[in-house]
Amino acid sequence: MSNHVAHVHHPALQHQFETLEQQQESATLGMWLFLVTEIMFFGGLFMAYLLYRIWYPQAWAEGSLELDIVLGGVNTAVLIGSSLTMALAVRAAQTGAPRATVAWLLITIALGLTFLVIKGFEYAHKFEMHHVPGPGFQFEGPHARQVEIFLSLYFAMTGLHALHMVIGVGLLSVIAWMAHKRRFSPEWYAPVEMSGLYWHFVDIVWIFLFPLLYLVDRAHHFA
Amino acid sequence: MITTTSLLPREHYLNIRYGILSWLLTKDHKRIALLYLISITAFFFLGGLFAVLIRLELATPAGDMLSADTYNRMFTMHGVVMVFFFLIPSIPATLGNFLLPMMIGAKDLAFPKLNLLSWYIFILGGVITLWAVVVGGVDTGWTFYTPYSTAASNTNVVATGVGVFITGFSSILTGLNFIVTIHRMRAPGLTWFRLPLFVWAHYATSLIQILGTPVIAITVLLVALERAFHIGIFDPALGGDPVLFQHLFWFYSHPAVYIMILPSMGVVSEVVACFSRKNVFGYSFVAFSSLAIAVFGFLVWAHHMFVAGMSVYAAMIFSFLSFSVAIPSAVKVFNWTATLYRGAIWLQAPLLFVFGFIGLFTIGGLTGLFLAAAGLDVHVHDTYFVVAHFHYIMVGGAIMGYMAGLHFWWPKMFGRMYPEGWAKFAALVVFVGFNLTFFPQFILGYLGMPRRYYAYPEEFQVLNVMSSAGATILGVGYLIPMVYFLWSLRYGRVAGPNPWSATGLEWTTQSPPLTENFTTTPTVTEGAYEYSKREMKVV
Repeated sequence: MSNHVAHVHHPALQHQFETLEQQQESATLGMWLFLVTEIMFFGGLFMAYLLYRIWYPQAWAEGSLELDIVLGGVNTAVLIGSSLTMALAVRAAQTGAPRATVAWLLITIALGLTFLVIKGFEYAHKFEMHHVPGPGFQFEGPHARQVEIFLSLYFAMTGLHALHMVIGVGLLSVIAWMAHKRRFSPEWYAPVEMSGLYWHFVDIVWIFLFPLLYLVDRAHHFA
Repeated sequence: MITTTSLLPREHYLNIRYGILSWLLTKDHKRIALLYLISITAFFFLGGLFAVLIRLELATPAGDMLSADTYNRMFTMHGVVMVFFFLIPSIPATLGNFLLPMMIGAKDLAFPKLNLLSWYIFILGGVITLWAVVVGGVDTGWTFYTPYSTAASNTNVVATGVGVFITGFSSILTGLNFIVTIHRMRAPGLTWFRLPLFVWAHYATSLIQILGTPVIAITVLLVALERAFHIGIFDPALGGDPVLFQHLFWFYSHPAVYIMILPSMGVVSEVVACFSRKNVFGYSFVAFSSLAIAVFGFLVWAHHMFVAGMSVYAAMIFSFLSFSVAIPSAVKVFNWTATLYRGAIWLQAPLLFVFGFIGLFTIGGLTGLFLAAAGLDVHVHDTYFVVAHFHYIMVGGAIMGYMAGLHFWWPKMFGRMYPEGWAKFAALVVFVGFNLTFFPQFILGYLGMPRRYYAYPEEFQVLNVMSSAGATILGVGYLIPMVYFLWSLRYGRVAGPNPWSATGLEWTTQSPPLTENFTTTPTVTEGAYEYSKREMKVV
């Protein structure tokens, strides 16, 4: 424990912790637990998705074809790219390169905003087509009611995901500012790492949402 | 009695700073615990007020005092307030918050700011719910069953839902904070199997809080969305499935019962050991039974839905799993009894409340087995039998444990003793009042009186009058401690650091403790309940 004594006066050390390691371990564990709660939070929606996909397979196929696979595909690439730049930002913080940290964080934020803008265009298109569930919903076909449920879940799941993206962009902006102010060092970069965990989680949720929503029965359709 | 100095310590967490801001901006887990204590006490009396109106209405068979609609609002708001704003936060947010860091030899929880934030979230959710109550209330029952809640009810479902949704995050953050604290903040030498069982119980509780609460959050959110935008997730008229709502709702709300009862079980273990001056019999079994209850608790939710249309096989499996929860619960009861057996019993008020807990929890648990039996459940489903059963667990169990804990640690929290004679009297009054209130309801339910009706056939009146009379006694039983606890803050005898001569790190510090809890980080060298090594200084 003697090598920890040197850290006692580190400005980032909070009073309830003995060492900076303890503080960093606590923060990381707390973040992982938070992500577990997030999985359960989205889990309720995935459960509903599963049930109605089994009940209404035809409507799921029809509803899925209404989604723009090109925009969805581009967004998937954008988000995976942002996870890479996020990982590089964490790496830069870890190795004590504050300028690189800021740069990678800003690129990550830009990619996140790109995702949200594209998502915005997709939503706008749905409004124009009257494909937004509710009293104004219009859909041609025998499964209109069930397609409405599909689109309800589409909006609920991607909307909740987009909300997480917005929070993530805000979070990364704060972290980028802190990095710019040289608040992090190789001994203390837990906020960067935890924001990274959050960002990767939001990315992974999309990795599940994209095939579940956009790719239902696509192969059959193209064949 | 124990000889102590007659003065409180000169400096402690209560007098280190004064002024309203020193409380509203505090990061001290002990002060936050007191903020919670005051808030949930207010909610407890509000929920109690609704109960008073319910029992007054049911004193006569005719629906004469309240209108049917008002009655529906009363039982709904009684449930919402008591479950989400009193029982769920009760022990974890007050006693847990106060004691957990002290029991593991830490200065504070791992995330003090998050702890304060959780209180503000709780208050925000509470204020929104209170607003919903003031502008007309809600009448769906605390269960918010669809499609009534989404398509039919004209009351403030969305506002109440938002309040419950927000409050859920305070529960999640508390659970998260506790788990990290227990993992990372233990004092040197405090291994997992030296932890007080109170800590184990809170660990199990926290697991349920972080795994279950998000599911109710998303479910309530979907109900609100469905009401606001008429999307058809739960409404059969729009192609949705109301039974899906029930699955999602009970996936949280059954384990939520264990959020209420597990911390009480933790209190019972501490009190039983202290007042029989013995190590807890089968420590590791009691510790693991907490985890087992948390795990099994997630696998039994559908026993609330035996009449909602499920396959016979699903009903059989859920019935079997529900029975299996009895095993870890019984392990606890047997082990507490074995701890008491041939112990040097010191019959103080906390132990009296614990005796109440053990008896009432056992009755509540055994009648739970009646309800877990898919066949019998069909007969008593949605009757007063169910109401009686869950009040035996949630009031007879959870609140009895809460009262035991409050009495046991009151001298630690405020440095002064409560009046012992009055406390014993209150324990007795609560026990008698509770049984008179709820035992007749078992009979009423078995005879077929359904829950949630404001009028009933005349042949049920005698038992209902007994129940209402019991509720009055029970109410008095809760008011007495309220009075003497407040009295003791000023006039109680100074307790000294350890009035019970109890084991546990929290008793090694002064009462009330310093803001930092310990002057030096303690080192632990023995198990949690080494009473055999301890000399009892009681005359």
